[in-house]
Amino acid sequence: MLELYRTSLRSRLLLGTARYPSPAVLTEAVRASGCEVVTVSLRREAGAERAGQGFWSIIRSLGVRVLPNTAGCHSVKEAITTAHMAREVFGTTWIKLEVIGEHDTLQPDVFGLVEAATILCRDGFEVFPYTTEDLVVAERLLAAGCGVLMPWAAPIGSGRGLNNLFALKTLRAHFPQVPIVIDAGLGVPSHAAQALEIGFDAVLINTAVAQAGDPVQMAAAFARAVEAGYGARVAGPIEPRDLAAPSTPVIGTAFRG
Amino acid sequence: MRILVNGAWRETAGEQLATVLSELGYGDAVVATAINGEFVAAAVRANTPIAEGDRIEVLAPMQGG
Repeated sequence: MLELYRTSLRSRLLLGTARYPSPAVLTEAVRASGCEVVTVSLRREAGAERAGQGFWSIIRSLGVRVLPNTAGCHSVKEAITTAHMAREVFGTTWIKLEVIGEHDTLQPDVFGLVEAATILCRDGFEVFPYTTEDLVVAERLLAAGCGVLMPWAAPIGSGRGLNNLFALKTLRAHFPQVPIVIDAGLGVPSHAAQALEIGFDAVLINTAVAQAGDPVQMAAAFARAVEAGYGARVAGPIEPRDLAAPSTPVIGTAFRG
Repeated sequence: MRILVNGAWRETAGEQLATVLSELGYGDAVVATAINGEFVAAAVRANTPIAEGDRIEVLAPMQGG
């Protein structure tokens, strides 16, 4: 079981709820994924349209846990205010903390992230920091009180997969006891399988499912990939080697000697 | 008085945040509020005065990644 802040989860796939072609497809994709956690956000509500109210009733009907984010926040103050607003609306102390530092890559502002995480942990939040693969930043986030790390694989929505494999493996090796969820930048199920195979605890997917030709089928495909990757990790993969090692027994080979 | 609600100027007769919200049709909606960048909890909206030029944010659940 995956354990995030003392919550046990069977599924190691977390799903974002944005950019689906319709609410009906979102609903079906969440079901097909088997996920138990979805990410949500807060945006300005137009009085008459009440789009947010309709969305919230759909999410509640899914019976999944929500992980609100602070997406779009570019300063510590914005992120903290948004986190407090999210805690009240969604009734959870979980917060996916995003403090964006750079427009083109949506790279986290890790300095602001550590500062905001320190304040929010002190205020009783259970923080899921959206961070880079930087070891020292990870250490600071843990020291601030974070019980989970969420490094990016690649820029949000880019679908590039595990961009910096060496650094991600190093991060995994340095914090073997900390739940680490790969967030952002995965494109296809094999990326998710790879993340689990090399020891990450879970993945968070949004665009790769929501923008797929068939989001429901892709959600199911990611679910199987996550299961396969985790199964492989538990089973103990072989070490890669440079030279061939015959799989068929050599002893008794015909026509020799 | 004039206040800025979700980036748009509005005229309001309300003196507290709760009154302004119901005036604008948010009465029973699931929303979170902030004034001038500071979170205002639902429980204290009725006791939170509004001043001319206040920037009010009214946020609701939305899709997110």
